[in-house]
Amino acid sequence: MIARLEVRYRIVVAIALVVVVLPFVLDNPFHLRVATLVWIYGLAALGLNLLMGVAGQVSLGHAGFLAIGAYAAAVGPTHFGLPTWLAVIAGVALAAAVAFAVGRPILRLRGHYFAVATLGFGLLVSMVLTNETGYTGGPDGMAVPRLVVFGTSIRKTAQWYWIAGTVLVAGVWGVTNLIGSPSGRALRAIHDSEVAASVLGVDVARYKLVAFVLSAAMAAAAGAMLALFDGHVTPVAAGFLRSVEFVTMAVLGGLGSVLGSLVGAAILVVLPQALTVFADYEHVILGLLMMLFMIFLRHGIVPSIAQRFGWREL
Amino acid sequence: MSSFLQFLSAGLTMGAIYALVAIGFVLIYNASDVVNFAQGEFVMLGGMATVFAAKAGLPLPLAMAAAVAGTVATGLALYVFAVRPARGASAVSLIIITIGASIFLRGLASIGFDKNIHNLPEYVSADAITLGGASIRPQSLLVLAGTALIVGALFVFLRRSLTGKAVLATAANRDAAKLVGIDTDRTIALSFAVSGAIGAVGGLLITPIALTSYDVGAPLALKGFTAAVLGGLGHPVGAVAGGLLLGLLESLGAGYLSSQYKDAIAFVLLLATLIFMPNGLFGRGGTDRV
Repeated sequence: MIARLEVRYRIVVAIALVVVVLPFVLDNPFHLRVATLVWIYGLAALGLNLLMGVAGQVSLGHAGFLAIGAYAAAVGPTHFGLPTWLAVIAGVALAAAVAFAVGRPILRLRGHYFAVATLGFGLLVSMVLTNETGYTGGPDGMAVPRLVVFGTSIRKTAQWYWIAGTVLVAGVWGVTNLIGSPSGRALRAIHDSEVAASVLGVDVARYKLVAFVLSAAMAAAAGAMLALFDGHVTPVAAGFLRSVEFVTMAVLGGLGSVLGSLVGAAILVVLPQALTVFADYEHVILGLLMMLFMIFLRHGIVPSIAQRFGWREL
Repeated sequence: MSSFLQFLSAGLTMGAIYALVAIGFVLIYNASDVVNFAQGEFVMLGGMATVFAAKAGLPLPLAMAAAVAGTVATGLALYVFAVRPARGASAVSLIIITIGASIFLRGLASIGFDKNIHNLPEYVSADAITLGGASIRPQSLLVLAGTALIVGALFVFLRRSLTGKAVLATAANRDAAKLVGIDTDRTIALSFAVSGAIGAVGGLLITPIALTSYDVGAPLALKGFTAAVLGGLGHPVGAVAGGLLLGLLESLGAGYLSSQYKDAIAFVLLLATLIFMPNGLFGRGGTDRV
């Protein structure tokens, strides 16, 4: 997939450059806000792409992990008096632990059966969040106390832009390293054929679990940032449609492609904003574009374009 | 006892609709390997188109026929314009296409029809039947009878007619079917059309009980897909059993345990079922080619 080390790291550097340069190009605070959302969702899409594109497992419940991170950032400080940073770490750890516990039995399921199991998991999370009103505020959601660093409250969009951008670049770098490592090769072997991989001595169950736990932790980190950035969380964060959005980001951008995850996230974040001018026709156009992209760029946007120009796969 | 019967009838009624959606999933999946998440929109179209055709002055039976015909056309269009051009794309790419189609159809319905909740009068104007202390609406019986009829007709069609056998052959092995002279492209188109018809009939049967609006499709697709997988994806009998079981679990769970967690109860049992029977209730374990 990615043969030369340099190419891989050139993409990391390019993404980092875009993150650094973008705020100087975007003059308008609303655009900066959208860019921040792209980096946050990009992190979640990247994690899911690790699971889907590299390990070959489709999760339809990833918003559940996002919501665990988001609600940890809200519930921890509000009900348990935890400092926000500790609550965020606890949330990410909780999501990883849940993924570990849930993953062991359900990763034995294959294909659509795994997808339905994760779908059920996502619904369970959103139901708990909706019904445990005492802790979560129920369907209306709850306010998220602001992140305070050295006595200053982090609430400006520009501040969150840099936090989200930094976390994203760190995530991109980590995933790029992982894909190039022996573990990454093992994961890709599982994607191509589980049986062949296990014959070659790859511990299939263990590697899939690692990918699942990592992707859950990344989704939770994205969720925590989203909650702190927005200042409010609702159970919609865990909804099925949100999970579908993540899957769409990964597939649209390109399965197994780091850059593709970000392109997919950018499209799904920017497009609905841009389409609001079409008012009632927004969903018609969104659905139409999703179909057209997948028909004409069936391997995802980034790999399809790279292929057409004879570039090395990104 | 009376409340048990009440939950039973409510669960079976809803379960019958899940079963119809699940059968639609299975038909298309078997013929083309596509998991069609727009299946729920067929149910929505069946209900909404009937409501609006009736409003436009058509007598109810004609309105129903028009709705079913419109949905069949939608199913065919979905195959011809969205699924066929993407032939050979990966399974997830095709899923994204059908999700795109479902968003598209939902958007179209919100413009072409409207965003309000609609109802249809019950088709049989009889009093509720009292049975063992439970009151059962005649419309519920109609839903069950309609589902049984559709399932029965489908089985006769698949087992007895030449076209039906071509569908089964295509499902078993597309290349082999092609080699013996079956027009697999037409067969797949047919499976989309039949799935559309089944979904639409489900929609017009359930509307007097559960109401309809432009956005009822997505949750139904979710439940129908779950039912199809629970039964062992690709297995029509499993789809019916999965649908009825899911409806029953929801209804009994809501009645006896907690109405807030009714879906949770169903899904916990689903997870448990899959963990102990990884290929669903009726599915067989497959073997892999390496």
